[in-house]
Amino acid sequence: MAYSQGFTPHPKISYASAAPTGVASEAEYLEIGLRESVDPAALRAALDAALSPGLDVLDAVVATGGSLVDRIEAAHWRIELPGADPEVVGAAVTAFTAADEVFVERMTKQGRRTFDARAAVIDINVIMPDEAPSEAVAVPCAILELVVRQVTPAVRPDDVLSGLRVVADLEPPVSPRVTRLAQGTLTAQGAIADPLDAGRDGAVIGGR
Amino acid sequence: MSAPSITPRSAVANSVWPRLEPLLPQVAKPIQYVGGELGAVVKDWDTAAVRWALMYPDAYEVGLPNQGVQILYEVLNEQPDVLAERTYAVWPDLERLMRAHQVPQFTIDAHRPVRDFDVFGVSFATELGYTNLLTAIDLAGIPLLAADRGDADPVVVAGGHAAFNPEPIAAFVDAAVLGDGEEAVLEITTIVREWKAEGSPGGRDELLLRLARTESVYVPRFYDVDYLPDGRIQRVVPNRPDVPFRVHKRTTMDLDAWPYPKKPLVPLAETVHERYAVEIFRGCTRGCRFCQAGMITRPVRERSITTVGQMVREGLEFSGFHEVGLLSLSSADHSEIGDMCSGLAQQYEGTNVSLSLPSTRVDAFNIDLAQELARNGRRTGLTFAPEGGSERIRKVINKMVSKEDLIRTVVTAYTNGWRQVKLYFMCGLPTETDEDVLEIAEMAHEVIRAGRAATGSRDIRCTVSIGGFVPKPHTPFQWAAMAPPDVIDNRLRLLKQAVNADRSLGRAIGFRYHDGEPSLIEGLLSRGDRRVSAVIRRVWENGGRFDGWSEHFSYQRWVEAAAEVLPDFGVDLDWYTTRERDELEVLPWDHLDSGLDKDWLWQDWQDALGEYEQDDCRWTPCFDCGVCPAMDTEIQIGPTGRKLLPLTPVNGLRVPSGAQQ
Repeated sequence: MAYSQGFTPHPKISYASAAPTGVASEAEYLEIGLRESVDPAALRAALDAALSPGLDVLDAVVATGGSLVDRIEAAHWRIELPGADPEVVGAAVTAFTAADEVFVERMTKQGRRTFDARAAVIDINVIMPDEAPSEAVAVPCAILELVVRQVTPAVRPDDVLSGLRVVADLEPPVSPRVTRLAQGTLTAQGAIADPLDAGRDGAVIGGR
Repeated sequence: MSAPSITPRSAVANSVWPRLEPLLPQVAKPIQYVGGELGAVVKDWDTAAVRWALMYPDAYEVGLPNQGVQILYEVLNEQPDVLAERTYAVWPDLERLMRAHQVPQFTIDAHRPVRDFDVFGVSFATELGYTNLLTAIDLAGIPLLAADRGDADPVVVAGGHAAFNPEPIAAFVDAAVLGDGEEAVLEITTIVREWKAEGSPGGRDELLLRLARTESVYVPRFYDVDYLPDGRIQRVVPNRPDVPFRVHKRTTMDLDAWPYPKKPLVPLAETVHERYAVEIFRGCTRGCRFCQAGMITRPVRERSITTVGQMVREGLEFSGFHEVGLLSLSSADHSEIGDMCSGLAQQYEGTNVSLSLPSTRVDAFNIDLAQELARNGRRTGLTFAPEGGSERIRKVINKMVSKEDLIRTVVTAYTNGWRQVKLYFMCGLPTETDEDVLEIAEMAHEVIRAGRAATGSRDIRCTVSIGGFVPKPHTPFQWAAMAPPDVIDNRLRLLKQAVNADRSLGRAIGFRYHDGEPSLIEGLLSRGDRRVSAVIRRVWENGGRFDGWSEHFSYQRWVEAAAEVLPDFGVDLDWYTTRERDELEVLPWDHLDSGLDKDWLWQDWQDALGEYEQDDCRWTPCFDCGVCPAMDTEIQIGPTGRKLLPLTPVNGLRVPSGAQQ
C-alpha cells in the first residue's frame, strides 16, 4: 500500500462513485496505489481474505492510464418494491419517461438541493418477476431496472423513486431494496461495459 | 490464479437477519449492526456444547475496542466446542424499530437472538451501563428480574470492574464474576458443559448452585440482606447450605501464558480506539487511594518484553492496524519499559506504525519514553496526572508528586518540542477545600510562565482537564462522603475565574471539566446496595438509556426516580452519596473479597485523613494490604534482561491467517 506524504499519511485509495449507504451492490470499483508491483491475482486474494464475508474482491487489474472515475459513465440498478403493484409502478414509469424534466429535492452536504432526476435516466423498465422474492411469497413485488448516467449532482435510485412520487404519487408500502448490478463505460448501444476491460487487454481508455 | 468466489452471508438457522436487514436503512450508522469484521468468528450452532453471548453495554463505537470482551471472545472461541458471539447496546432509533417489528436483541456475529445462548456475559467498566443492561435483557425477551427466569433463559453474568459491587444490579443478573476473566469463563464453561451433558439436572437452580460452589462466582439469589432500622445493612448471609460466606476474585497469573488478543477485531464502523492494544502489565501498587482499578487488580503482574514484542508483531500482521497502545494502569512503571519502547521504536522505524503509551506519571522519564516513541515523527499527546491541585490534597490521595516536579517535567516536555500538554486533576476529593482546587490555577499559570521562559516562545499551551471524584468500593475512600454537585460546580467556576484572572496566561490554558451531577449518580450506583436496583429500574422505565453519554443522561430522571423509590426503604439519594460511613458499618460488598484486608483499607483511609503517604510495595517492603496472602498470589515483575531484536522485513503480500471467510 502506498501512502500520501505529510504529517499524517493516508493510504492511497480512491473510490469511484461509491453506492449510497443502505444500498446493495454487485459492482463497486476502487483504485489503490501500491508501493511495489504485485501480481493482481495475489492482491485480489489478500484483500478478499481481509474483508468481511459479503465484501468480495472479484478481480484486480493493473491500471493502464486514465482514471477510473472517467470509466464510470453509468450504473445499472435494480429496485425491488415489495408490496407494490407492478401495474401501478408501470404507470408511474410511463409518466416519468414521458416527462422532459422531473425535479426532486434531496439533502446533500451542501444543504437542500433541487435537481432534475429525469435526464440522467437512460433506461427504466418494470421487470415482471419470474418468482416472488424468497421471504415475500404471495406478496406482490414490483421490480424496476434502470440505467442512470453518472452526473453531478449524482442521481441516485432514491432520487428516481422521488421522481416517481412527483409524477405519479407513487409511495412504496415498505422500504425498497436497491441493488447496483453493474457500472462502467456506456457503449453506443446503451449497454454498460466493465471498466476493468481496458486493464485486461492492455488498451488505454479514452486515449489519454 | 485462484478463482474468486462470492461468499454468501452464511445461512444461519436462528438468524434474525432477514427481519433486521429491512430496518437498517432507517437507522443511523447501520454498519455497526452488521458484524463480519476481520477477527470475527462465526461457528456452527449445533455442534457447540456451550454458547456465550458477550456484551459490552454501550454502543458499538465504544464497545468494540473493549479489551475485556475481545480477550474473552477469543479465549472462548478457541475452545472447539464453545461458541461466543458479541452484542452491543443498540441506539434508541433501532430499539424503537426492533420493538415495533419484534426483532430481539441479537449478536452481531451471526445475528442470533441473545435469548438462545446458554450464558449472557456482560462486562461493566462503568456503572453507567446499567440501564443499557436492562434494555438488552428486555429486548432479548429475557425476564427483567432474575427471579422470574426459567430454564429457557440464559444465565446472565456480570463481569468487569463494576462487578466488584454488583448489588445494585443483583435483581437483574444471575451471577457476577470478580476479577480476571480468562480462566473464569473457562471454568464456568466447564460447569455449564457438564450440567448440560448430564441432561440439565435440577434446572437453572442447580446450575447456579454449581457455579456458586466454586467460591468465585457470586450468585446474589443465594444471599439474603438484612437491614437495621436506620437503613444500614445488618448482615449479608447465604440462605442455603453449600454456598460460601464470601466470594473471591479471580487472578490470572503469568500473563505470558495468556497473550490475548492474538487476533484483534478490526472494526468496520468508526470506533473510539482503532489500534492494537497490548496490556503490558496488570495491577498497580502505586496506591492512589481514589483508584479502584489499582486496588482491585493487585498484585502487579508484568507481561515480559519479549511476549509484548511478539504480540505486537503478530497483532499488527493480523490486523493491519497502524497504531499500537501499550496499556496498563501506569505504563512507565514496567520494569523494562525503556528497552520495550526503544526496541519497538527501532523495529517500526520508517513504517507507518505509531506507538503510544498512556502517560500519567509525572516525571521526566515519561518524556524520554515519549521521545523514543516519537521517532517516526509523530508525537503522541502527553498527559500528566497530578490529580490533586495542592500538595496537601495529593498527600490525602497518595499521589506523590511535588509542584516542582510537575513544573520541571512539563517544561522538559516543552523544551523537547511538545507545544501542548494535558494536565489531569480531580475535583470533589475527600477533605478538599476551595483552596485546594484553586491551586490548580496557580500550577497551570506557573507551567505556562516557566514554559515560555524556557522556550522563549509564546506558542505553548496546556489543557487542564478535571474529572469528578467518585468514591468506589474496595478503596480506602469507600467510606468517604461525596461533595454535593453544587459545591463541585462552584469550585469549578471559581477555578475557571482564577485561571482567566491573568488574561495572557489564561489564553494559553484550556479548561475541560464535567459538572458534578453525573458523578453523583455514578456514586449512587457504585456504592449502592440491592435497594438501588429499584431506582435503576424506574429510570429505565422512564426512558433512561446510554447514561454515560451527556446528551442522553438526565440527572433529573435519576433524582426523581430516587425520590419516588427510596423513601419506602427509609433512605434517599444523599444517604448513598454525601454520607460518610463509619468503621463498623456493613458495606454492601463486604461479602465480596477483592483480597484487600478491610482493616488495612480503614487504616489507609485514616492515613489519608492524616495526610500520610504510602509507598509502592514493588520497591519498598510489603505494607500488608492483604491481597497476596489472601489470594495466594505474588508480584510478578522483571527485568528479564532480554531485548527486542530488529524485525526481518516481510516482503510481498500478507494474507491474514485464520480470518473467517
